[in-house]
Amino acid sequence: MVKKIKNLKEFSLSNDRFEGANLMCPGCSHNIIVREVLNATNDPVIVATATGCLEVCTAVYPKTSWDVSWIHIGFENAAVAAATVSAAYEVMKRKGKLPPATQKMVDEGREPKIVAFAGDGGTYDIGFQSLSGAFERGHNFMYVCLDNEVYANTGGQRSSSTPIGASTTTSPAGSVSYGEKMQKKSMVEIMADHGAPYVAQVSPSKWKDLVKKVQKGFEVYGPVYINAQSACTTEWKHAPEDTIEVSDLGVESCVWPLYEIINERDEHGIIYSTKLNITYRPKKKIPVEEYLAAQPRFRHLFKPENRHIIDLWQKAVDARWEYLQRREEAGV
Amino acid sequence: MAKKFELNEIEVWDGNMAAAQALRQADVDIVAAYPITPSTPIVQNYSKFLADGYVDGEFIMVESEHSAMSGCVAASAAGVRAATATSSQGFALMVEVLYQASGMRLPIVLTVVNRALAAPLNVNGDHSDMYLGRDAGWINLCSYNPQEAYDLTLMAFRIGEDLRVRLPVMVHQDGFLCSHTAQNVRPLQDEEAREFVGEFKAVNSMLDVSDPVTHGVQTEEDWHFEHKARQHHDMMSSFDVIREVFGEFKERTGREYDLVYTYKMDDADVAIVALGTTVESARVAADQMREKGVKAGVVSFRVLRPFPFNEIVDALGDVKAIAAMDRSAPGGTFGMLFNELGAALMAKGKRPILLNYIYGLGGRDTTINMLREVYEQLNECAQAGEAKYPLQQFIGLRGPKLSFY
Repeated sequence: MVKKIKNLKEFSLSNDRFEGANLMCPGCSHNIIVREVLNATNDPVIVATATGCLEVCTAVYPKTSWDVSWIHIGFENAAVAAATVSAAYEVMKRKGKLPPATQKMVDEGREPKIVAFAGDGGTYDIGFQSLSGAFERGHNFMYVCLDNEVYANTGGQRSSSTPIGASTTTSPAGSVSYGEKMQKKSMVEIMADHGAPYVAQVSPSKWKDLVKKVQKGFEVYGPVYINAQSACTTEWKHAPEDTIEVSDLGVESCVWPLYEIINERDEHGIIYSTKLNITYRPKKKIPVEEYLAAQPRFRHLFKPENRHIIDLWQKAVDARWEYLQRREEAGV
Repeated sequence: MAKKFELNEIEVWDGNMAAAQALRQADVDIVAAYPITPSTPIVQNYSKFLADGYVDGEFIMVESEHSAMSGCVAASAAGVRAATATSSQGFALMVEVLYQASGMRLPIVLTVVNRALAAPLNVNGDHSDMYLGRDAGWINLCSYNPQEAYDLTLMAFRIGEDLRVRLPVMVHQDGFLCSHTAQNVRPLQDEEAREFVGEFKAVNSMLDVSDPVTHGVQTEEDWHFEHKARQHHDMMSSFDVIREVFGEFKERTGREYDLVYTYKMDDADVAIVALGTTVESARVAADQMREKGVKAGVVSFRVLRPFPFNEIVDALGDVKAIAAMDRSAPGGTFGMLFNELGAALMAKGKRPILLNYIYGLGGRDTTINMLREVYEQLNECAQAGEAKYPLQQFIGLRGPKLSFY
C-alpha cells in the first residue's frame, strides 16, 4: 500500500520505527537515509543489516534502536539474509502458517517490506557475491547500499567504492601519492545488469526523489537495488552540519547523478525493455572542484602537483553524465 | 501439501539418500544449500523430491556454502525450520556462520559428510572438517552407517528445537564409506516421522510483525561473556534432552542410541576409540582378536559435543590400554581424541596406557588387518604394563614410519 506524503514536515513527523537514539556520529547520513526509507511506507518492514556503522551503532545489547524486526549475521551476508527472510515469508504464506498478526496485515493488503542495509564495504566488496547471488535468484526484497565510499566503521580504509584521489587510511595521500588510485566501481549498472526490475541512485538531500524511488521499489516484485549517497562527516571530514550541503554539491555537480533503471519483463520473465531515467537535472551543473573542495579528504588534490587529478575528475564526471543522458535519450 | 513417499519396510539407501530422506520427512521449510562432494547427492536427492512434489518447503540453491548457512540462519530467525548439507571446503567456508548460528541460538540442522580439507585437494573421507567445527557451539552427533545417519538426522531436529536446548545440530557421516555405500535402512513412514519430529516451534519470529525482535546484536566486554557462558551452560545441560529423544526414538523403532557407543567392553582389556565407519571395522577386528584370546572392545562417541565426560570414562572402565584413533591431521600436536580422552581419564583418576594413532587421512583405506595390528600393540602394552610403542604413530602411511614420543 503506497503511503501518501504531502510535505517534509508531515514526513519528518512520521512515527519512527528507527530511533534517533543510537550511537551514530552527529551529522551521519546513514540515519537520515534509513529514516527516509522506513518512513516511505506504513506497511510492516523487516530489516537485515550488514556489519558496519549502522549495525554497531543501533543494536548494542541490551538496547536496540529498531522497532521493526531486524537481523544482523555478518559483514558479507546481508543480501542473503534479507532474501531468505523473504523466502521464509513466502513459504509460510503459501502454507497458511504466518503469525496471525502478520496474516491480518497481508489480508489488508499490507505485505511486509523486506529491506537490507549495508555499507559500500558490505556491498561493493565483501558482500558482493551474496548480493549477486540473491539478485540472480530473484528474491523479493530491497537492498539499500549506504555508500560512504570508505570502510568508515573500521577507521576509514579504502573500498572499491572509494573514488580516485580520496585520502583514506589505506590509500593515504603523501609526498609521492595523491591517494586512492582507482576509479569507483559502477555498482548501479552492475546491479541493473542482473536484470533487477528496479535499480536507482539516490541522495538523502533530495528526499522526495529518494522516497519516490523507494516507494517504486516497494511496488515491484523482485530484487531492488538502491545506491544511496551517504556523506560521512568522520571520513569525508566535513563539519557535521554540512552533511546535506555536501550531498547537494555531489548532486548539483553530477558527481552523484540521480537516476533509475527499470527492467521490464514479459510474462515469461524475458526482459523486453530497459529504461534509464534521469530523475534530477541540475539547473546549472557546478564544477566538480566545488564538491571536492568541501571535503578535506580531497584537500591534497589542490596542491599544484595534484591538480591534474581534479581535471581527471571533471572529465570522468562529464563523460558519465553524457553517458547517462545518451542512455536516457535512447530509451535503453 | 507434499505427496506421501511410499517407502518399503527395508530400503537400500546410501548415507546421502538416508540423510536426504530424513530432511524430506522433517518437512523443512527452507533448505539453502550448495553442492560439494561427497554430500552433493543429498542436495540432488532433495531437489528431485521437490521436483516430484514430495517437498512442501522451499529449496534455495545459493551461490556458496557461506550463503547456505547464512540463509539457514536468517530463515531460522524468521521462525521457520531450516537445514542444509555440506562437506570439507564447504564446511570450512561455513565456519564463520556456524558460530553465528549457535551464538544466535538457532536450531538449524546440518548434515556433514566428512571429507578431508585441502591442501592437497582431496575429495575422500576423513574427519578434518568435523574437527574444524567441533568447538563452534553446535551439538555434534556421529553416525557410522546410513541407518544411523537417517535416525540421527530425524532426532537432530527434536534435540536442537527443544525449548530447553535451542541450539544447532550437526549429524556426521563418513564421506563415501557411508555416504556412497548402499545398505539396508529401515525408515519410518512419512506420517510417523512427521509425528516424531513435530511442528517447528518458532521463538522470536521475525515474521511476527506485531512483536518486532532484534537478532544478532553486538555485545562487548559487558555482556559477551555472559552470553557465551549461557550458551555453554545450555549445551552442557542438553544431555537430558538428548537422552529423552533417544529414548522416545527407541520406543518407536526399537533402535537404541546412547551418548557413547560401546562394543564388547564389559570385560575388555584393550579398546579402540574411533569415529565414523572405522567403528564398524573395529568391531570386526575386535571379534577376530577375541578368537585369539585378546579381550578387545570398541568405544565411540555418539555425541561428540556436548562431550560426554562421565560416560566416556565409564565406558572405558578399567581397560588397560587404549588406542585413540584420530582421522584428522593433528597439525603439530596429538589428535583431538587423544587429548580429550587423556584429559577425561586423568581427571577421573584413571591411568590406562593411551596411544594416539593417526590414520585414514584423505580416504586412505583402513583395513581390518591394520586395526588388528593396533589391538596387538595395545595387548603388548597391556601385558607389559607400559607403553611399548611411540605415543603417536601414523598408520597406513607409505614410506618411512612416522611416530613421535
